[in-house]
Amino acid sequence: MKGWMGKIKVLFLMGLVSLVLSACGKENLTALDPKGYGAEKSFDLIILPTVIMSFVLLIVMVLLTVALIKFRKKKGREDFIPKQVEGNHTLETVWTVIPILLLIIIAVPTVMYEFNLADEADAADSLNVEVTGNQYWWHFNYEGLDIQTSQDVYIPVGEKVYFNMLSSDVIHSFWVPTLAGKLDVNPENVNTFYIEAYEEGVYWGKCAEFCGPSHSLMDFKVVVVSQEEFDQWVADMQNFDPETVELDSEVAVEGRELFDQYNCMACHAIGSSPVAVGPNLTNFADRTKLAGVEEMTKDKLVEWIVNPELIKPGNKMTGAYPKINEEDAAKIAEYLMQLSPSEITIENADGGLK
Amino acid sequence: MSSATAQRNSFAAVLWDYLTTVDHKKIGKLYLYGGGFFFLLGGLEAVIIRIQLIKPENDFISAGLYNEMITMHGTTMIFFAAMPILLGLMNAVMPLQIGARDVAFPFVNALGFWLFLFGGIMLNVSWLTGAAPDAGWTAYAPLSTTSPGHGVDYYVLGLQISGAGTLMGGINFLVTIVNMRAPGMTYMRMPLFSWTTFVISVLILFAFPALTVGLFLLMFDRMFDSAFFDVALGGNSIIWQHLFWIFGHPEVYILILPAFGIFSEIFATFSKKRLFGYTAMVFATILIAFLGFMVWAHHMFTVGMGPVANSIFAVATMAIAVPTGIKIFNWLLTLWGGNITINSAMLWSLAFIPSFTIGGMTGIMVATSVADYQYHDTYFVIAHFHYVIVGGVVFGILAACHYWWPLMFNRILNEKLGKWAFWLFFIGFHLTFFIQHFLGLMGMPRRYWVFLEDQGLDLGNFISTIGAFFMTAGVIVFLYNAFYSWFKQGPAPQDPWDGRTLEWAVESPTPYYNFKQLPLVRGLDALWLEKMEGNGKLAPAEPVGDIHMPNGSILPFLISLGFFIAGFGFIYQTTSDLAYILLYGGMGMALVCMLIRSLKDDHGYHITKEELEKEAR
Ligand code: HEC
Ligand SMILES: [Cu+2]
Repeated sequence: MKGWMGKIKVLFLMGLVSLVLSACGKENLTALDPKGYGAEKSFDLIILPTVIMSFVLLIVMVLLTVALIKFRKKKGREDFIPKQVEGNHTLETVWTVIPILLLIIIAVPTVMYEFNLADEADAADSLNVEVTGNQYWWHFNYEGLDIQTSQDVYIPVGEKVYFNMLSSDVIHSFWVPTLAGKLDVNPENVNTFYIEAYEEGVYWGKCAEFCGPSHSLMDFKVVVVSQEEFDQWVADMQNFDPETVELDSEVAVEGRELFDQYNCMACHAIGSSPVAVGPNLTNFADRTKLAGVEEMTKDKLVEWIVNPELIKPGNKMTGAYPKINEEDAAKIAEYLMQLSPSEITIENADGGLK
Repeated sequence: MSSATAQRNSFAAVLWDYLTTVDHKKIGKLYLYGGGFFFLLGGLEAVIIRIQLIKPENDFISAGLYNEMITMHGTTMIFFAAMPILLGLMNAVMPLQIGARDVAFPFVNALGFWLFLFGGIMLNVSWLTGAAPDAGWTAYAPLSTTSPGHGVDYYVLGLQISGAGTLMGGINFLVTIVNMRAPGMTYMRMPLFSWTTFVISVLILFAFPALTVGLFLLMFDRMFDSAFFDVALGGNSIIWQHLFWIFGHPEVYILILPAFGIFSEIFATFSKKRLFGYTAMVFATILIAFLGFMVWAHHMFTVGMGPVANSIFAVATMAIAVPTGIKIFNWLLTLWGGNITINSAMLWSLAFIPSFTIGGMTGIMVATSVADYQYHDTYFVIAHFHYVIVGGVVFGILAACHYWWPLMFNRILNEKLGKWAFWLFFIGFHLTFFIQHFLGLMGMPRRYWVFLEDQGLDLGNFISTIGAFFMTAGVIVFLYNAFYSWFKQGPAPQDPWDGRTLEWAVESPTPYYNFKQLPLVRGLDALWLEKMEGNGKLAPAEPVGDIHMPNGSILPFLISLGFFIAGFGFIYQTTSDLAYILLYGGMGMALVCMLIRSLKDDHGYHITKEELEKEAR
């Protein structure tokens, strides 16, 4: 009996610990505090089966505990031979029928929500963003707006924004837990779903399908701003001309030339351009994170330009450009850190990345 | 070799005996040794994974190595630990349970084992030759088709070779159970463990070919420039996922159903009660197996199959909970009203009930497709399947070890050590995996080499890693127990648990021909029946007569070795022409051995009546 009490205590304690933990999942990453339509629907269907199944678990636990207390071998009854019961039709019917009923309670809303989320009737009238999953970064092309970004995608609050996704290499999966469930990004077919964010903020996105060494570093952000701010951002991005960016130092101007010399242009576009072998750097200085995960500082940027392998193993930039020393890298960094075409940055999204 | 009386004890003789054996009991042990070894290897990989995740942005191992670890951990545990250990138990126990002298095809049985072993070795040789497979145990294309180096090639050939062995094993068990049940052992008198063996053999028969086909396509894509999964050339990568899961989902039932069988035996024995609702248990098993084939796409809810397909597969999956629930309640009612002994075997079985119920509960949760958009590919799923595979299959294997150890090794495992191992492992298990449900929902995808600082994932991962250490300690104590009992514990008596089924009716240690006279079975729980209503012994169904036995043979070993060598040929022919020597040499060796087997008649030998009577003093 002692063993059993111990076991229950352990279970109970663990339940408690995890409850506390669940309360403090990170607010822009957790699926347990949904702030978007899809995540909310999923959350409903996380709660419903949890409640129903906990009830079943409870019954099982009670039966098991009582059986063990009552029917454990007792002193003086060691040789007792219990009645050899074959079965009981009534009981067996009961525990066949009740689970069926419980499952129907779960299955009906599942099917309803499934169709509800797949509804694409509004797609034509909404903002459509073409998403490309690449090892190990994300590219976003605002359809019809002539805007390209990478890593951070800006969207307006309270609007359905459709994401049409395709992979350029292996399978990835687009997941912003706080806003919506995930959807795979396949190389053969465009998958579409929408995000409707309820609150402004910077939401953390992750690649959820195993895609290689830097799979765990393939993060992105969804920056949700107000409609006006979004319109402003769109205008700023559209008016941006890489040729006429005003640079505030000699070093930066030199950096711009070096960016060209080192063949960075072959992969990275600045301004709206179809070149997307590497991330589009138009609003690079406004990024939440360098390469999706690393702190956005000049030092880190220099480190990245000199040897990106140290930050993201297996990335597709390593070795694809002439060897560069820290000095030149620093100049390029100086230039890149000035690419900030819009007043609207992550700070506008409820204070930025938390 | 042919006579049991000619026992030599030198190491070489024992080795030769095991290399050539076709005895189901010895092959069972070989499976246990092989599977046990790979279990330790897979466990070591798991611990390395958990150490890497003990703190955020850890650099204990590199990203590439980490991906190899997770791939090898999954592949090893499923194909080379859980499966073979279960096949070993089936080999050791099932023929005795149904009153047979061996399996139907002893030679094929040995071949199945050696193919498994060489497949497992092949996979693990990759550690030594530079790169282990790194595309996950699911090897999704195009990641698997484009993974550089030879790692994934090893995966393909290792699994292909061992898969052939498993398929043979399945067919062998089927034929055995259909044809070789003792007189009176009707289907509806078969113990549940034999029933589950029967059902999973059917599953193997239908599920493994899907894997075989998938692996061949993958092999052609990687080694012979085909483009089945290459989108750019008109292929389709999603097909791999379908093929893999058409195999993969039944596979989880191939693992769990035998565990269900084991628990059914143990609960009945230690409650001193007949299994409650035997008929329902049998049909629930069959139903689970049947439905198991219709639900594979629930692994693919996020692939973008559309709401119709998702709904169908969600509902079909939920349906499996019904027969599973029936089983849980039947076990509870088996305990109810019994006279329950709690020993180590029983502890593992009792612990299975809540652990597996949690696994089933999260099973319903992940079957809820819309919610699965959140769970899929996160630690929630990791937690779910470890609750069913560890809480179900591993607990089942450990329970079976305690239960059948006297039968297999003629020793009773030490109770005190058994309990220590149990508590360490049990606590460690829940510590490791319970928290992972929450990690997943808090935004931690699976197969993440690092998680970032400041994302609220630190504590959960830390606790999980500590749990893994407890589990390790539990395994070490169990291992110690195995050696301890061998050297310190005396021989076990026959029928130490007051058993109910036929395997406990054979004398101890089990003679190599199992039954001098085949027993006459009069009902379910044949031995128990005789204890209650007869003289405690099974009546013989035949007079003492000559027993026909198969000869041992080295050919199964050599055939497997041939394929093993050829495997390296296939892997390296892409980079070196010299590899063709291995390829043709290995294939030649295997085929010649098969030819020898086909052309040379081997009628086995007979143990004569006189010999049998002499042996029985
Ligand atoms: C072969 C094409 C290629 C070349 C040439 C190349 N890059 Fe990259 N670059 C990439 C890719 C691909 C990534 C994304 C890496 C990742 O996150 O996995 C990247 C990422 C970056 C990033 C981070 C972008 C972000 O959004 O956070 C910077 C900055 C960068 N590169 C700068 C440079 C500079 C400077 C050069 C020239 C010295 C250069 N790159 C040359 C392909 C290239
Ligand atoms: Cu990815």
